[in-house]
Amino acid sequence: MYDEPALESKVTNKDIKIAARNVQVFYGDTHAIKDVNVEIQDKTVTAFIGPSGCGKSTFLRCLNRMNDTIDICRVEGDILLDSEDIYDKRVDPVQLRAKVGMVFQKPNPFPKSIYDNVAYGPRIHGLAKNKSDLDEIVEKSLRRGAIWDEVKDRLHAPGTGLSGGQQQRLCIARAVATEPEVLLMDEPCSALDPIATGQVEELIDELRDSYSVVIVTHSMQQAARVSQKTAFFHLGNLVEYGETSQIFTNPVDSRTESYITGRIG
Amino acid sequence: MPNLWILIIIGVVAVMGFVGARQRALSSGQGDIRNLHSLPSFYGTNAMLAGLIPSLVVLALWTAFQPLVIQSSVTHIIEADQELSDGQLSLAMTDVRRIATGLELAIETGRLDLNQVMDMRADVTDVRPLLGEMGVAVGSDVTPRDLDAAQRFVAMAQTGNLLKTVLVIALSVLGTAFAFVRTSAVFRARNAVERVTMALLIAAASIAILTTVGIVLSMIVNTVEFFRLYPATDFFFGTRWNGTSQLGVLPLLWGTLYISVIALIVAVPIGLFAAIYLSEYASPAVRSFAKPALEVLAGIPTIVYGLFALLTVGPFLLRVFGSGGTFGVDWMSGATAVITAGVVMGIMLIPFVSSLSDDIINAVPQAMRDGSLGLGATPSETIKQVVMPAALPGIVGAILLAASRAIGETMIVVLGAGAAARLSMNPFEAMTTVTTRIVSQLTGDADFTSAQALVAFALGMTLFVITLALNVFALYIVRKYREQYD
Ligand SMILES: Nc1ncnc2c1ncn2[C@@H]1O[C@H](COP(=O)(O)OP(=O)(O)OP(=O)(O)O)[C@@H](O)[C@H]1O
Ligand SMILES: [Mg+2]
Repeated sequence: MYDEPALESKVTNKDIKIAARNVQVFYGDTHAIKDVNVEIQDKTVTAFIGPSGCGKSTFLRCLNRMNDTIDICRVEGDILLDSEDIYDKRVDPVQLRAKVGMVFQKPNPFPKSIYDNVAYGPRIHGLAKNKSDLDEIVEKSLRRGAIWDEVKDRLHAPGTGLSGGQQQRLCIARAVATEPEVLLMDEPCSALDPIATGQVEELIDELRDSYSVVIVTHSMQQAARVSQKTAFFHLGNLVEYGETSQIFTNPVDSRTESYITGRIG
Repeated sequence: MPNLWILIIIGVVAVMGFVGARQRALSSGQGDIRNLHSLPSFYGTNAMLAGLIPSLVVLALWTAFQPLVIQSSVTHIIEADQELSDGQLSLAMTDVRRIATGLELAIETGRLDLNQVMDMRADVTDVRPLLGEMGVAVGSDVTPRDLDAAQRFVAMAQTGNLLKTVLVIALSVLGTAFAFVRTSAVFRARNAVERVTMALLIAAASIAILTTVGIVLSMIVNTVEFFRLYPATDFFFGTRWNGTSQLGVLPLLWGTLYISVIALIVAVPIGLFAAIYLSEYASPAVRSFAKPALEVLAGIPTIVYGLFALLTVGPFLLRVFGSGGTFGVDWMSGATAVITAGVVMGIMLIPFVSSLSDDIINAVPQAMRDGSLGLGATPSETIKQVVMPAALPGIVGAILLAASRAIGETMIVVLGAGAAARLSMNPFEAMTTVTTRIVSQLTGDADFTSAQALVAFALGMTLFVITLALNVFALYIVRKYREQYD
């Protein structure tokens, strides 16, 4: 770690994009997230790791209020985006979600053409001035989603006709097209082959220049490759949060160490 | 033997077959289920079905056809005597059947035995008091011809019943025995049961289809008959209807379509929006109250809607649009009008449209909505651009189903729209529809062989073709969308 003091200080000095304070999430009586405090930095890739069912998706969905759509879900505590409480009554969840985009665990393309899938967000938010503008946004987003070459000849074919991995990349392109400030990605590569995974990881790295990216992953290698910060969740608790290099080489908590070395999971 | 007893007996045989075959299978597998091809209960079921199905089929067919056969043979006796018109013949047959019932009762109660009944002669015994004793009153003295026919009736019924009993029970025993003998560890009872299950399902489907075909055929026969009495061109292109000499279908079709269109204009937006509210916006508490409440609307009999049209909506519309009404316009002269029936029918269709659409909208995966909301779309944008397109084929289907119901609806029209057949654009005038005319043509005192009555079949056929076309069109639309999106 002492090899790169410059990088280290650069990372820690970045602005805090999202701050969560004492967040509790309940599904009915189930206590899914227990008292989580975390600060997610701007222009950084943060990885959430942890065993299945530990609450990674749940916490991720809190960050853009997608949990509002689940009737039985209740969120307590504060989550601040740019120091503004996103659960404040005055905050419009719709605008929040335009700023905090999301790629879901399961690919969910709309039953529309590939083009319309990607153009969906830009159209709603009026990001394109005219048709050629929109064409440009669609092409750029599909390229960033590492799927342009596969679909450029059939932009008007239904998005649901793509393979699972292609659908997931389409969803990534769709999320990127809206130009969010924060991109939440829930296991974006779980259905992708190594080549497409590599392309998506490149994209994530590129997005870091302008956005803050939070990625949930089950692949330790992926977390180590793409993220600068890592949070380890276990049974609804945030066990450990810190520099990725530190978490993977020198974890403080014994549970983190066991998980990373493959003993719990 | 009465059918109930036969049923009990074959039921007992079946149960015995089940238990026996199961036991036999177990013992042929040396008591270990794993030595058997199928689970023991499959062997039992196989034996049970082998006994039940053929015997039940024969029992049902025999019971259905025996009276027909007897009837036709007894008719010959009566007709041999003298030439009778259809009406006279059916009167005579009624008498014969009553006498036969009395005689059968006498045998059943032990008052007489079969031989005594057969030896009876109208000129010797006085049959009438005997029948009276059995609770069967006959209008006049029994003629030898009638008694003869009745005796024939009784005799045939007796032999028929005996044959039926023997045959059915024999079939049940033989079938069970056959299956029992076949039962062994290697016999694939599970597959056999599977085949029988499939056959039963196919039989059910064929019955449903065959009855439809039967109905259509009988309609076609009568329709053809009608066109022999009344020219088809006058029927299809005639613009006048008076129920007797002028039987042009156009005014009726116009009324039907006009009222249906108004009904759909009322029902589709309200029903659809209600469904969207219930499935996308309403909290669980509201939904758990509002959905059943809407479905109660669907359970109201249409005659009640008819009363509502006649007594509430019609007078209300008259007060608004009639002379000296709220708007000061004089558009409406009577409470019964196209708009009255259309509006009330629309109200009737609201729960129909909304509950079908609600199911369809709920079937759109939540992941679609999440995807759209996650991109910063509002709920209404999500509904308009993602949920509705995905649900559209189903919703179009629901609307066309509602249209079929509107076209076939009768009661609301009878009470709400009046009875005047006319071709007019004015929704405030009384008009009438195909269905109500079918009713009035058949409930009058017209002879069933006259054009006035037979026109009902032509009207029914026309309606059938229209709803069929509508359904085919619905399927076509649904398919088209499926291809595009799946
Ligand atoms: N809609 C829901 N209703 C009720 N309980 C839920 C719901 N979604 C998640 N949970 C519960 O919350 C807990 C955390 O689930 P979550 O989906 O966040 O796990 P995860 O860490 O994302 O797991 P995975 O790695 O398998 O995706 C689990 O115990 C789960 O059963
Ligand atoms: Mg998850």
